[in-house]
Amino acid sequence: MNIASLLASKGSKVITIQPEQPVRQAVGLLAQHNIGALVVVDRTSRPVGIVSERDIVRAAASNERVFSEPVGSIMTRDVIIGLPHDDLASVGHTMTERRIRHLPVMESSQLLGIVSIGDVVKAQRDQYQGEVETLQTQILSEER
Amino acid sequence: MTKPGTEAHPLRVAIVGAGPAGYYAADHLLRRDGVVVEVDMIDRLPTPYGLVRAGVAPDHQKIKSVTAAFDKVAAHPRFRFYGGVDFGKDITVADLRRHYHQILYSTGAQTDRRMGIPGEDLKGSHPATEFVAWYNGHPDYRDCQFDLSQERAAVVGVGNVAIDVARILCRSAQELATTDIADYALEALRRSRIKEVYLLGRRGPAQAAFTNPEVKEVGELADADVIAQPEEVELDEASRAAVERSQDRATMKKVQILREYAARKPAGKSKRLIIRFLVSPVELCGNEAGEVVAMRLVRNRLDATPAGTLQAKPTGQFETLPVGLVFRSVGYRGVPLPGVPFHEGWGVILNEHGRILDPDTKQPVAGEYAAGWIKRGPTGVIGTNKPDAAQTVECMMEDLAAGWILEPEEPDASAAERMIRGRQPKCFSYEDWLRLNELEVARGRAAGRPRAKFTRVEDMLAALGR
Repeated sequence: MNIASLLASKGSKVITIQPEQPVRQAVGLLAQHNIGALVVVDRTSRPVGIVSERDIVRAAASNERVFSEPVGSIMTRDVIIGLPHDDLASVGHTMTERRIRHLPVMESSQLLGIVSIGDVVKAQRDQYQGEVETLQTQILSEER
Repeated sequence: MTKPGTEAHPLRVAIVGAGPAGYYAADHLLRRDGVVVEVDMIDRLPTPYGLVRAGVAPDHQKIKSVTAAFDKVAAHPRFRFYGGVDFGKDITVADLRRHYHQILYSTGAQTDRRMGIPGEDLKGSHPATEFVAWYNGHPDYRDCQFDLSQERAAVVGVGNVAIDVARILCRSAQELATTDIADYALEALRRSRIKEVYLLGRRGPAQAAFTNPEVKEVGELADADVIAQPEEVELDEASRAAVERSQDRATMKKVQILREYAARKPAGKSKRLIIRFLVSPVELCGNEAGEVVAMRLVRNRLDATPAGTLQAKPTGQFETLPVGLVFRSVGYRGVPLPGVPFHEGWGVILNEHGRILDPDTKQPVAGEYAAGWIKRGPTGVIGTNKPDAAQTVECMMEDLAAGWILEPEEPDASAAERMIRGRQPKCFSYEDWLRLNELEVARGRAAGRPRAKFTRVEDMLAALGR
C-alpha cells in the first residue's frame, strides 16, 4: 500500500501559513482545524518548512513573546517530503525513527496532501484487520 | 418530515456494485442497532460477488469461500439484488435520488494503468485484467482473443494479478480442468503453445507484492519449471538493511524461496516460468503487421526516496526479450461514473473518508458515498474492504443522525423495484442467482469441477426459463 491510496480517501486539503505571519495566527489555525502542524509556504506556494504544535511549545517555553514573532523564526526548515508512491511501511518506519509526526506529500513541486502519523497507524491497522478478516473467513470455511 | 430509519419509514440505501465492498457495507448497514435499513444492491452483471467471481483465479477456490458470508448478508429480509442493471445506462443518479435516502458506490477499479511506453498498443499487448476477466467467464470479455499460438509471453508486474496470469499460462490443461475456469478458456489454453512466460518486476524480490503462498505455488506447477536469476534474487544492501531492521520474516522467507528457485536445476518440464527482477520495459517492438515481437528492457537499481521507499532507477543498461504476447499489470484505476465527482489523479471518486465531495467546494454532498477500491484505490486483500466499508457506513449514520440525507420523492421498495424492472426488464434477482449457482455447480460436478460458469447473459436467461 502506498501513500497515494491513503490520500485518496483522506482528501488533499493542506492548511498552510506563510513564514512572515505571526505564530499567534498559526496557533489559531491549529485550533480551528484541530490539527497538529501547518505547512509553511512562500508566496509561490512552495513549501519552505513545517510548524508543529511542538515547535510552538518549545519556543514558548523560553520566550513568552513568541506569539508575535514570525512563524519563519520557529519553523522546522529541514522537512522530509513524501512521494505518492512511497510505501506505507517505509514511511511508517521513517516517521517513527526520525520522530516526525507530519509528512507533506508532493509531486512535481505540487503539494498533494499531508500524512500524519495517526493516518499511518490507522492505515496499518486497517491493513492488518483486513488480512485477519480474510484469513478467518478461509479458516472458518474449512471447518464447515 | 419524519427521520427515516424506523419500521414504518426504513432508511432506503442503494448500493452500486456487488463486490466485497458493497457486501461489507450492506452487512454493516443491516446489522446497525436502532436503525431500520433497506438495502437495494445493483450490479452491471447478472451475477454478484464482483472480483471474487471475475477476478480471483479459478485455481484459488479457497479464496472464493468468502461468498458464503456474502450470501448470508443477501439472505436478510431487507436486502434486494438487481443484477444486470447498468448504472449510467439503465438507471441514473437522478433515478436513485428519487428512490433512496443514501447512495453508495462500490464499483471497484475497473481499468488498467498503462505503462506509457512506445508500442504499448501493438497487437498482442493486452491489459492483464482483460485476460483475467476472459478466463473467469466475464460476459463482457468472453469474446476477447489472445494469441496463444505464441511461444513466449511476458507479464509486466509482480503483484497478485501478474502472478495469477503467469501461473494460469503455465498450468497444464489437466490442472485447469478441475477449476471453474470458463469452458472456452480451458479449450483455448489446452491448445496453447506458450513455452516460456516471463514475470517482470521493476524492483527487487523484497519489494515484490506477491505473497509467499503465491510464490511457493509457482514452484509446484505440474508441467512448468520455475527459474530465477541468482544475481537478481540477492538483496541489495538497502533492501537487506530494511528487512533486517523490521525483522520482516515473510519477506525473508520470500527471498529464501526465490533463492532456492535460482539454485534449482530445471527438471525439463514442457514450460518455463522465468521470474525477473530489477527490469522495466521501455518499448514494445513490432513487425510490419503491427504485432509485438520483442520487448526492450532497462535494468534498474534501487534508490531510496527521502521518506525511505526503495524505488527503481534505470541504469542505462538495456536488453531485448523476444516475446509475442504481453500482459501489463502495473496498477489499476477506477472508472468515472456518470454524474459522480471523480479525482483523475488518484483514479477514485472524490471523497473524504467515504463521503463524496463536490469538486468545486471540496465539501461533502448530501447522501452520496463511496467504499472499496473506487474510494481508496486498488490496495489490500478482500477483507480490507470490511474496515473500509465500516468507515463509510459510520459517516452515513452520522449524516442520518444529523438529518443530512437525500429527500427522495418515492422512498419505498416497491416503487424502486418498478422503476428498475421498467428500465431493465431482464434484471436478475438474488433468487435468480441462487438458482444459476445451483445449475453451475451441477454442470461442473460431472466433470469434477467446482462449477461450470454461464458466460453469456442469454444463456443465464435461458437457464432460468426466461
